Amino acid sequence: MPKPIQSIERAAAILRLLSGRTRRLSLVELTGELGLPKGTVYGMLRTLVQVGFVEQDPETGKYRIGATLLHLGSSYLDGNELRTRALNWSDWLAARSRESVRIGTMHEGRVLIVHHVFRPDDSPQALEVGALLPAHASAMGKVLLATNPYVVAELSKAQLPSITGATITDPYQLSAELEEVRERGWAAEVEELIIGEASCAAPIRDRRGVSVGAIAVTGPVERVCENGQPRAELVTYVREGARTISRDLGAIPW
Amino acid sequence: MSEQYVAAIDQGTSSSRCLVFDQQGRIVSVGQKEHAQIFPRPGWVEHDPEEIWRNVLFVVKSALDQAGLTAGDLVALGIANQRETTLLWDRHTGKPLHNAISWQDTRTDALVKELGGAVGQDRFRESCGLPLATYFSGPKMSWLLEHIPDLRRRAEAGDVLFGTMDSWLIWKLTGLHITDVTNASRTMLMNLNTLDWDDDLLSAMGVPRQVLPKIHASSEIYGEASGPLRGVPVAAALGDQQAALFGQTCFSVGEGKCTYGTGSFLLMNTGPQARPSTHGLLTTVGYRIADQPASYALEGSIAVTGALVQWLRDKVGLIGSAPEVETLARTVEDNGGIYFVPAFSGLFAPHWRSDARGVIAGLTGYVTKGHIARAILEATAWQTREVVDAMNVDSGVMLTTLKADGGMTANNLLMQFLADVLGVPVVRPIVAETVSLGAAYAAGLAVGFWPNMQSLRANWHKAAEWLPNKNGQDREKGYRKWKKAVSRTLDWVDDDD
Repeated sequence: MPKPIQSIERAAAILRLLSGRTRRLSLVELTGELGLPKGTVYGMLRTLVQVGFVEQDPETGKYRIGATLLHLGSSYLDGNELRTRALNWSDWLAARSRESVRIGTMHEGRVLIVHHVFRPDDSPQALEVGALLPAHASAMGKVLLATNPYVVAELSKAQLPSITGATITDPYQLSAELEEVRERGWAAEVEELIIGEASCAAPIRDRRGVSVGAIAVTGPVERVCENGQPRAELVTYVREGARTISRDLGAIPW
Repeated sequence: MSEQYVAAIDQGTSSSRCLVFDQQGRIVSVGQKEHAQIFPRPGWVEHDPEEIWRNVLFVVKSALDQAGLTAGDLVALGIANQRETTLLWDRHTGKPLHNAISWQDTRTDALVKELGGAVGQDRFRESCGLPLATYFSGPKMSWLLEHIPDLRRRAEAGDVLFGTMDSWLIWKLTGLHITDVTNASRTMLMNLNTLDWDDDLLSAMGVPRQVLPKIHASSEIYGEASGPLRGVPVAAALGDQQAALFGQTCFSVGEGKCTYGTGSFLLMNTGPQARPSTHGLLTTVGYRIADQPASYALEGSIAVTGALVQWLRDKVGLIGSAPEVETLARTVEDNGGIYFVPAFSGLFAPHWRSDARGVIAGLTGYVTKGHIARAILEATAWQTREVVDAMNVDSGVMLTTLKADGGMTANNLLMQFLADVLGVPVVRPIVAETVSLGAAYAAGLAVGFWPNMQSLRANWHKAAEWLPNKNGQDREKGYRKWKKAVSRTLDWVDDDD
């Protein structure tokens, strides 16, 4: 295998740093984080700005990910937009399944909840929008990881934290399960995040067929599961909901 | 017997939709198609009624096809419609005599001032519950009768029929010339107490009685459809906001809802008595089920809410899509001290000031586009607060929870801010499509698909709830600033503008 090209690796590192932050970063901050000479980083940034992958604020001189890259990037869809466009069919899923529904997107290796529909039984529940879930321990996370080997590799470098006794902590076991998720098109999580709860999730795809988020039904294990797996009926509802939302986003029905 | 469904047509301002519901009140499928907004002159807004009818047929077919259903699977059809939009057509040929004049159209501006005379805009409020304003159908019809050659003579000869969009669709579906009591209550021609056309109002507006449809209940079998929906009972019609009140199952006195769309409309059920307003609200009919007494409502209308977000997207170009306003607004912690009063065509409830125009107050060099996005969302909440305050006084009932629906309920930042400025919980029902749901409920009730209104309540579930967490002091300071900003909008329009 030929040697990796250093400048591309470095450019990728800059983009990764910028995409992981909600605020803009200055040249000094970037240099510090990357441990590279200022001149090198500055040169790379100038080129990245030229091609539109990075934007520089004219007033503060700070950098952020450019719009061009966002539209090029595979998983970018504004979470607020995703919620708006998924509103009707996530309600539909909650009404059908009689359990709570969440929609999540990948955010710095974790699952960001961008939408939450209460379980339709009028019991007291609190909105969880904005909360972050560990990707390896949630059904939505598994769906999103299944098409994102880079994040899986990053997560596996560190230790996969154990949250309950059932959480998958072995990277090989996780890879094997993600392979299965990829093949069958949905993911399950049984008491791996919260004892007594289970969840199943399916991918929401955009018009390019790329997963932009995941939708999940979550509830008590005794209602959601049968023989240790989510009930077939729930899986059907989740997949149907995901398909309908995907169709509304322009994905070709499959 | 296979499962049965109810279909609702929502003939709205920008599009027509058809939603199919099952017996649990769950959405089964949705068809939607936009129609052209015709702007012949500044301030004029028209719709092509033939295009609307074609679109309605299209969306019905689309919704049925999606769910793999046929007309035979439908037990009833209900209609919810954009209110006040006015059409006259030929009784004999069924052909429209002009484009429908949209409720947004302001061509009757001078006419309504003239009609007010020395008394002003409240001249007819006692009998019809409405102030004189350009939205309502009566003055629009009056304008048409004056301006289309030979129309008045033909109308008086009985060759012309009037209708709002409900009447037009029912006419096309069944051949009957009728309207429902909620739509009739928006014409300024119906007496709120008799629930019949009022001779004094008719003569004031110069409208011959023979053009008017017969007023029916909101929920009763009007007739059977022909054409692609052959045999399906057409069993409900409600103005869209009243349909949303019904869809939110606000059946008890003091229960209310606010629908957040282009504009926003807060309606509260006030029971079997029409309640006059002294704080700039409208008195209107909420619904009438078959031969039961009508339920009345108080309504606060806010002209510009979602429209302000669309303005930011289409005219200013700060955002690429409406939901992005939340993303932009979340880049800052607060409004940076600015207040945006979107009095684009004057102020509606509770002020009713046509001389007002929009302002952004409190601008400093510190303000960024994030602050503007935030102020734009906050404007919707503060406007709601003004209407809720008026509603609490006029109804004599304190609103304890706001049931919100409509597209903007997807905006979490707005919903949280709304709870903060109202100081009461804001809840979103599991079916956000309350307009269509209300029409479906009313139609289903008429044919016995649902046994009674209580059974509809059982379908209402909370899908999300936002609790107030702003402290009272911050809230009142913000409200004070908002009111100051509102006062800056007044008296802007001059006689020579």
